Amino acid sequence: MKLKYGLAGIAGMMLAAGAANAQISDDVIKIGVMNDQSGLYADITGQGSVLAARMAAEDAGGKVLDKPIEIVFADHQNKPDVGSTVVRQWIDQDKVDAIADVPTSSVALAVQQITKEKKRLFLMSGPASSDLTGKACSPYGFHFTYDTYMLAIGTGAALAKAGGDTWFFLTSDYAFGHALERDAGEAAKAAGAKVLGAVRHPLNTSDFSSFLLQAQSSKAKIIGLANAGGDTINSIKQAAEFGIVAGGQRLAGLLVFVTDVHALGLKTAQGLVVTASYYWDQNDETRKFAKRYFEKMGKQPSMVQAGGYSGVAHYLKAVKAAGTDDPDKVAAKMRELPVNDFMTKDAKIRADGRIMRDAYLFQVKAPSESKGPWDYYKQLAVIPAEEAARPLKDGGCDLVK
Amino acid sequence: MFELLGIAPPALFGQLLLGLINGSFYAILSLGLAVIFGMLNVINFAHGALYMIGAFTAWMLLNYFGIGYWASLILAPLIVGLLGALIERTLLRRLYHLDHLYGLLLTFGLALIFEGLFRREFGSSGQPYSIPELLTGGNNLGFMFLPNYRGWVVVASLVVCLSTWFVIERTKLGSYLRAATENPTLVSAFGINVPRMILLTYAFGVGLAAFAGVLAAPIYQVSPLMGSNLIIVVFAVVVIGGMGSIIGSVVTGFGLGVIEGLTKVFYPEASTTVIFLVMAIVLLIRPAGLFGRAR
Repeated sequence: MKLKYGLAGIAGMMLAAGAANAQISDDVIKIGVMNDQSGLYADITGQGSVLAARMAAEDAGGKVLDKPIEIVFADHQNKPDVGSTVVRQWIDQDKVDAIADVPTSSVALAVQQITKEKKRLFLMSGPASSDLTGKACSPYGFHFTYDTYMLAIGTGAALAKAGGDTWFFLTSDYAFGHALERDAGEAAKAAGAKVLGAVRHPLNTSDFSSFLLQAQSSKAKIIGLANAGGDTINSIKQAAEFGIVAGGQRLAGLLVFVTDVHALGLKTAQGLVVTASYYWDQNDETRKFAKRYFEKMGKQPSMVQAGGYSGVAHYLKAVKAAGTDDPDKVAAKMRELPVNDFMTKDAKIRADGRIMRDAYLFQVKAPSESKGPWDYYKQLAVIPAEEAARPLKDGGCDLVK
Repeated sequence: MFELLGIAPPALFGQLLLGLINGSFYAILSLGLAVIFGMLNVINFAHGALYMIGAFTAWMLLNYFGIGYWASLILAPLIVGLLGALIERTLLRRLYHLDHLYGLLLTFGLALIFEGLFRREFGSSGQPYSIPELLTGGNNLGFMFLPNYRGWVVVASLVVCLSTWFVIERTKLGSYLRAATENPTLVSAFGINVPRMILLTYAFGVGLAAFAGVLAAPIYQVSPLMGSNLIIVVFAVVVIGGMGSIIGSVVTGFGLGVIEGLTKVFYPEASTTVIFLVMAIVLLIRPAGLFGRAR
């Protein structure tokens, strides 16, 4: 392997010396998709995100500036140390130009540090923590799909306004859960609600009964689920078992993916209010992407997978426009060009790296309303990008002057 | 968290009961492990995967054949038990004359293969499985809302654990089994087919795992990961209870469920760690486990 890359490197240098305008290091645009390939976030991200990245490469013609695009992937097992090792190896040995996806905010925060230090593009479509464009922002980090602020403004504020004036949080005990609890708590308070308490559970818990019982006895009107993936699925399923919704309390699934709803079934998931930046059945373009994806994966894409396409596609456009894969020039080009794809039209990228997309508030349909598998959401409202993103000055990002 | 320390006794009872329910799963699973270890001297790392396969078997029986929960409760352990018999016959049997470690490596490998296959087929979010009609709903016990299904889990688990203990410790069949582990040559000299007994024991232990899997299916998602989430804890239970001790695994299973439940109230962040803390302490004080005999 090393020999191969070594030779490719030498060949790359010779070519680079020969061709003056196509400045692509190592003669290949290499994008590393890193995510959870086997654990509780594997359905939300996993191979689906790899496929989305490959689709973006395919749509770019498989080449940029006459150099091939290569997509590689790895499993970070939701562990920051594993993720850091992979990314360092990718950058130092395998000459990866950009890192994509990276769900699990704790891992993303670690990767943000490394990509900042090593000057590599970081196309975040998986992680949620709004700190990634706040106090942990980076000139090379771009937050593509969603963040905890958007989820809080969507689901959090909507439920608080609908009479949910007391909240209790069930929080996944790591960077993501903490950020989501904080942002949702603030959104709820801004809408006049009170936060009665929170209980923090370890990542990847299977039994939520104790935590749910605490939430139940708090008597809060809304139980905010500041967790994701398998954890959210199990919390919702077990909340139904313990009669929490039947007892008059309401669940706020702050981060629910369409794949989660599919796994839960509409009978259990109906009525949930969901914030997302993409749902497959919104318009012709979203359906077209979903159809292509479905043919390969056998399920509909989550918003993270859709955002993964968006990130890689925009990166490739920027490389083409910049005429080089030099990280500083590409990052500048990415900020300059509007993001245009099936999810979003003419979205700007802010100084802190946040992609300014609209978000949508959905409600999960009742089984009687659904026409069949994957017909799960009805749209309640559009949240314009300016409202869905935290005001630039409030993030504490040092790139904002 | 301190306002929770002052929780009223009713809430505490609630958590104790929940601990007991979780303990039911630990108890059945660690019982299976204990039986297998006691009789075969094999550390069955595939136990979690077989528990997962038990749950998936119930799911497949329902979705492909329309066979409901109650029939699955009997059928799934039988099917998975057959799978276990196959594993014992074709693979494990070849390793008995080697060190424990080889059995452990084999079963660990099998677990990874099973989980990988199911994950490939079904994804990681899992499949929904509904609570049987008869056991939906729940009762308000005053201090907590107890779903009927969870109550059933405790009862079913206690019955299974106690009958297993009874068969092994109090019946003639059990005495053969125990004798066969002590001295297989002598027992076969009495005309008892020891290899078949070992085969059936492994199948039975595995069937117990599948039974727990079916019990768990309506509570958790039927997911390829459900076994690996649980297996490490269950091994800790077996170690604390004493490797191979039947009664030890049952008592420790329930006991640790309760300890874990209480931790979820007082310091939830540590709820996945507390069992290993107990394990470390027990190993320091009684290296053979609470109910184990030093060999």
